[in-house]
Amino acid sequence: MNMINSGDTAWVLVSSALVLLMTPALAFFYGGMVRKKNVLSILMQCCIILGLISVQWVLFGYSLSFAPGKGFWGGFGWAGLNGVGLEPYADYAGTIPHQAFMVFQMMFAIITPALIIGAFAERMKFSAFLLFTLLWATLVYDPLCHWVWGLGGWLRNMGALDFAGGTVVHINAGIAALATALAIGKRKNIDKGTPTPHNMPFVVLGTGLLWFGWFGFNAGSALAANGLAVNAFVVTNTAAAAAGLSWAIIEWIRNGKPTIFGFCSGAVAGLVAITPAAGFVNVVSAVIIGLLVSVLCFIAVSIIKPMLGYDDSLDAFGVHCIGGIWGALATGLFASKAVNPAGADGLFYGNPAQFKIQLIAVLITLAYSFVMTFVIYKAVDLLLGMRVKEEDEMMGLDLTQHHERAYTVLE
Amino acid sequence: MKLIVAIIQPHKLEEVKEKLYKAEVNLITVSEVLGHGQQKGVTEIYRGAKETGNLLRKIRLEIAVNESFVEPTIKAIIKGAQTGNIGDGKIFVLDLERCIRIRTGEEGSLAIG
Repeated sequence: MNMINSGDTAWVLVSSALVLLMTPALAFFYGGMVRKKNVLSILMQCCIILGLISVQWVLFGYSLSFAPGKGFWGGFGWAGLNGVGLEPYADYAGTIPHQAFMVFQMMFAIITPALIIGAFAERMKFSAFLLFTLLWATLVYDPLCHWVWGLGGWLRNMGALDFAGGTVVHINAGIAALATALAIGKRKNIDKGTPTPHNMPFVVLGTGLLWFGWFGFNAGSALAANGLAVNAFVVTNTAAAAAGLSWAIIEWIRNGKPTIFGFCSGAVAGLVAITPAAGFVNVVSAVIIGLLVSVLCFIAVSIIKPMLGYDDSLDAFGVHCIGGIWGALATGLFASKAVNPAGADGLFYGNPAQFKIQLIAVLITLAYSFVMTFVIYKAVDLLLGMRVKEEDEMMGLDLTQHHERAYTVLE
Repeated sequence: MKLIVAIIQPHKLEEVKEKLYKAEVNLITVSEVLGHGQQKGVTEIYRGAKETGNLLRKIRLEIAVNESFVEPTIKAIIKGAQTGNIGDGKIFVLDLERCIRIRTGEEGSLAIG
């Protein structure tokens, strides 16, 4: 019956801490890519989300996402963690305290809105950013999370496979990124070329910490210290490695030299793509998923983005949405009951219906998130004004939004 | 030959560069410097403690030109850098004794352009 397993509980707690680290990791990953006058604004946006969503989650976010319900979201039954105690809640995880599951999920709710920052970096007003993030977490993330993972969620009942958050986290944040990039418009003075990342070692540091944290994200999603967690761990590392290699090779062939920025972008794209699949595919499938995600994301960020001309500053759409879509569809291709009997077989294992279900889940996520993000953006824009003044943008957000600067000149 | 040295606001660099290109002044050296004039500048706050009276960040431009380009260069800098507020900066015009292009050894007007 409801027996708490100490190994499972320990692993989920450690995984929660690993996933928490991914948000500061993302701050460095993104922070290194912007110009030095904006680096603190990125770090601040990521860090304040840690504060904002941690509180939102325990007060009502967890309830909206996971309280049992058949409708739009879970409702307020578990608000303030009312009834969410230290006994297991078997429908989510039978061997760990309910609050361990809650806190693990909290870390996902935190990093998802942080991913969007990449699209509107270097030009959003801080006050508007805060309101936008709170509304987005409540009206986009929480309902979608409920549909896919919540008890009674209709995408969950339809049989969509999403092991660790391909739709809920990556496609969701990625398409929201496109919506905000389109709504806010291009940065000033970027027509002559994209600004050079101001600190590439930060990008590498961020990538390393993201990769490390992602083991909690994916292997922790087994919600137990068992074979499934090990499978997720192994395929996660494999896909990231294959994708990093493949991006570097593509650059080598196309641009003449492989770059560390390319390897890092590839590794992150690989981690994104394996996320929905980690608990359902074997290691050879992970190699294929990783090798191909870099091809798709490379095309998205190096060919399609310049062609269409939208300014997704740090490629939140190009990496998370495109990589996420590929991962969700690849789950419908490569999933196998030999890996996870509780999952399903994919197209290549004789079950084309699963691919169709995956496709529907992807399309619904894209449509809902894009439209809602756009509506929330416009509403906050009317209320507070989303974009900073042109002069503030030129001076940089660090000084104009936070009265701080990252680097001194002399001492 | 003159050496034009200008101290401008960092956020005006892009505009000044644009105006200089329009005036066909293409050779320019840029550095980040600290200094202060009359202005108190942007106040920075660290953990709630205000810091004022700091040296302020400025951009220093150095442009060597032939006589006929002196006025156009000055006008371009003013056009690009002027906001009307304290802190817009200054332009200094100095006589330039010699100018030698390292690659060819050419001297004078030839070397400047």
